[in-house]
Amino acid sequence: MKNKVLDFSFKYGALIFIGIILLFFSLYNEYFFTYSNLTDILRSISIVTFVAIGVTISLMVDGFDLSAGSTVSLSTVVTATLMIWYELPLPVVIVVPLLVGAAVGLLNSFLIVKVRIPDLLATLAVMYIVSGLHRTYTKGYSIYNNMQLADGSKAPGKMYDSFLWIGQGKLLGVPFPVILMLIAVIAAHLFFKYTRWGRQVIMTGGNEEAARLSGLRVKRIRVWAYVASGVFAAIGGVLFAARVGSGQIDAGAPLLMESVAAVFVGYSVFGAGRPNIVGTFVGAVLTGILINGLTMMNVQYYSTDIVKGGVLVLALAVTFIHLTRRKV
Amino acid sequence: MAAPSVLEMKRIAKAFAGVQALDEVDFRAQGGEIHALLGANGAGKSTLMKILSGAYAADGGSIELNGAKLSIGSPADAKAAGIHCVYQEVDTSLVAQMTVAENIFLDRLASSRGDAFVKWNGLYEEAAKALKQLELDIPVRKRAGELTLAEKQLVLIARVLVEDAKVVILDEPTAPLSMEETERLFAIMNRLKEAGIAVIFISHRLPEVFRMSDRISVMRDGRMILTEPASGLTPADVIRAMLGRSFEEEYPKRSVAIGETLLTVEDLAAGRRVRGVNLDVRRGEIVAVVGLVGAGKTELSRLLFGADRAERGRVLLGGKPVDLSSPASAIRDGIALVPEERRKEGILVKESVLHNLSLTMLRPLSRFGFLSPAAERSHASGLIGQLGIKAASPYQLTATLSGGNQQKVVIGKWLSTGAEVFVLDEPTKGVDIGAKRDIFNIIGELAEMGKGILYLTCEFPEALGLADRILVMCDGRIVKQFARGEATQEDLLYYASGGREE
Repeated sequence: MKNKVLDFSFKYGALIFIGIILLFFSLYNEYFFTYSNLTDILRSISIVTFVAIGVTISLMVDGFDLSAGSTVSLSTVVTATLMIWYELPLPVVIVVPLLVGAAVGLLNSFLIVKVRIPDLLATLAVMYIVSGLHRTYTKGYSIYNNMQLADGSKAPGKMYDSFLWIGQGKLLGVPFPVILMLIAVIAAHLFFKYTRWGRQVIMTGGNEEAARLSGLRVKRIRVWAYVASGVFAAIGGVLFAARVGSGQIDAGAPLLMESVAAVFVGYSVFGAGRPNIVGTFVGAVLTGILINGLTMMNVQYYSTDIVKGGVLVLALAVTFIHLTRRKV
Repeated sequence: MAAPSVLEMKRIAKAFAGVQALDEVDFRAQGGEIHALLGANGAGKSTLMKILSGAYAADGGSIELNGAKLSIGSPADAKAAGIHCVYQEVDTSLVAQMTVAENIFLDRLASSRGDAFVKWNGLYEEAAKALKQLELDIPVRKRAGELTLAEKQLVLIARVLVEDAKVVILDEPTAPLSMEETERLFAIMNRLKEAGIAVIFISHRLPEVFRMSDRISVMRDGRMILTEPASGLTPADVIRAMLGRSFEEEYPKRSVAIGETLLTVEDLAAGRRVRGVNLDVRRGEIVAVVGLVGAGKTELSRLLFGADRAERGRVLLGGKPVDLSSPASAIRDGIALVPEERRKEGILVKESVLHNLSLTMLRPLSRFGFLSPAAERSHASGLIGQLGIKAASPYQLTATLSGGNQQKVVIGKWLSTGAEVFVLDEPTKGVDIGAKRDIFNIIGELAEMGKGILYLTCEFPEALGLADRILVMCDGRIVKQFARGEATQEDLLYYASGGREE
């Protein structure tokens, strides 16, 4: 009996929790359950969802990418400077940050796969390196339209309107970042469920040695997983720049925690018991709703960290209680 | 010395998720006796012992020691009553960072009774005394992590001794040991017995069971089938009791025409474990490589498969050199490995049978990178039927299969890959008798199909029963070759333990 309750709460706990808070906030505030507010929630989680997909992939190969947050920061300021300092064409503005993200991923995988530093420690170090890099690159300043440069002159460029549309525009009444997010979630989900490469990633995470002895090129797979994680974080960074219209220093710092929380909430969704894309999305939705609702209840932004941390603790508790119980 | 104690378990019952694992089992062990407990995997012997040692709670029945009823709700209760268990996984029972002496007195140090302060000198002295009693030469101040596996096991037995044990359960203690270490363990078991302790001995190896035990109990399907003095039984009786049917032939051997040379290994070497191995395997031939634990068999199998790097030498398959830079390339060239550590290296326990079987076949089972669910399912169902894997469905988790069925999954994943040479490293380790026969049959079928089989084992009877040719490995080299029917177990043991031709 007790087992059944535990099993049920493990499988559907996150979904039921979402239902309860939706109901609660709807009753509390009539503006909560409106189309505009709900799309607002989705738009607010679109960036963190991209970062969280990357973190999910790193966890899938039994790793952990702590550098995701600072990769967001780096790609945000790179994106902004490409327009404001250098006035480069839009495709370059979008592609270069993604390459930067891939490079961070390659650095991570070099340290982890070649040098064999444990994942957490390697990406922790890279997190600081990348964070320092992005501040050095901008000399510690945030990047904004026609900003004052160190030599006293003004920066030549502005953020392009076409670029800002990516973060702020709407398509058929739906915010464009939400569309991008849904496409990414669906594509990533299909990739891991139905493609050979997705299966290889999951198998590598399940038991690296057994996967290797079955003929998988596990090192290569781990490298790709970290590159993917870096690229997804970089997409998050590009979206961030498009959303706020400037290149904020340390923009990604809070995103690491939020995405880790999303991944671990998602760990248990439908009883998956492992990192998975749909679950991660559910996790991101859950945090998004909570923060939106609490903001409506006039909880200050600086207090929402308590809620985010609480959600992470709850998710971890559910996950690990379940995991350790299963071992017995 | 007190009168030998008597342990009685009466009408013990236990069900897991509705399945009756133990059905009113009676078991009686007496102090001063070595009592072997046998049974195929899943017969219920480990469940029974876990109830005795407090790891599980029984659904019904009673446990009595010297006529007094015990209520065992936890391992601590069992230990307090003098019932101790030495599990196969010694590493989980020892604290690697602590010294041998601390480990020996771990129960006492961890318990709340006794003084608040540890008297270190007394502790080391007492530990040394306990080790001396077992005639062991292990420094008491050494850290447990630095001990060999056999030494760790002996330290655990010493711990049992200082705790004034009445009943000691040894769960497959000889599985990881070399011949010499086994002998030492046997001597200690006899000493425990002389000290009036009831020793319950679980083992899959019948010869040592008959050598050591005073009494034998056999379980099957959650029931106690027989309990008799060992002197009144033969191995055939025991096998019949374990299987519930008579055992026509333990080693089914098919006659297969042996073809041209398939695999040639020339001067393969790496480190101190493999020092220049030459061998060849022909089509349809089963070549056994026998040797004691530590002879280098596992290392050899890993080199052949590209799992570890060779320092020199080369491997040819059908005359062409095999690329041994990684398992992936060795597989591409036609070599398959069934590794020794099944649950760590052979299968992904948290994945379904279907996913495990698909693992080596991801490319053929997909189109444009997309896996076909239908193709995967029919591939898995086909193999499950062909190999007689006992799984409720292809989606069952491999962790929930028995050891023998897991091993069939490991072999099964190679069957469709077109591998030409199958390297099997101790494929029957931890596999019960019924599944062993199935595995031998599969190996025979592979030989019939013209595959080459390299069978590495430390179970000499298996090599004698199955192989067309036996190579004896000792200290990293092949020291002797026998054709089928040429050798006896004694011959194999002689060369395997370093004996030379006069």
